[in-house]
Amino acid sequence: MKELDITAVKDNLDTVMSFVDEQIEDIDCSPKTQMQIDLAVEEIFINIASYAYNPETGNTTVRVEVDKEIPAVKITFIDHGVPYDPLAKADPDITLAAEDRRIGGLGIFLVKKNMDDIKYEYVNGSNILTIVKDL
Amino acid sequence: MTIEKSSNGDKLIIAVEGRIDTKTAPELESELNTSLEGVSDLTIDLAKVDYISSAGLRVLLVAQKCMNHQGTMTVINANDDLMEIFEITGFTDIFTIK
Repeated sequence: MKELDITAVKDNLDTVMSFVDEQIEDIDCSPKTQMQIDLAVEEIFINIASYAYNPETGNTTVRVEVDKEIPAVKITFIDHGVPYDPLAKADPDITLAAEDRRIGGLGIFLVKKNMDDIKYEYVNGSNILTIVKDL
Repeated sequence: MTIEKSSNGDKLIIAVEGRIDTKTAPELESELNTSLEGVSDLTIDLAKVDYISSAGLRVLLVAQKCMNHQGTMTVINANDDLMEIFEITGFTDIFTIK
């Protein structure tokens, strides 16, 4: 298990991506799986950076656990910002025409669709979002 | 990410290379904002794009909405992984994809 504690700002996205990619680089996963993991990490980290502490800034912890037996990777994001359950939000209507589509709202939907499991908890003042991807 | 533009009359081809993510999408958005005037036939070539996040989808949606008023937009050469993202999000019904 490896952890990164970092200020949740958009400029740190590349650092977070590199950290996660380093943890999974010695696992034999397809470029597609790698892309899906990157996508989920980006969407969640940017969500935290945009909303958790707004207008202030704060930290988030990114924890990566690789289980080579299953095999699967579990990534946990912990922040101490406002309580926010991204899973409570309704999925966007993906059948609407371009004119009626809302700009945005697709991020968490993509996470849900690309991960094998996703769980949210609010414990002792912390938002804890965990995603699991089978490898 | 790099962006290459080639235009011919009211036709514009924008070829993107690299990742379209939260950090690079604004660059593509501003390029589109300043390039679409007088364009009635926009092609976005994604042959060299291997990653797109919701920030990139948002920019493509804005471009599509703009082109709906002034012409057509075609997305070409998206790889299988990008196509899957377009399918999941319903964008295959919004974009003309070739």
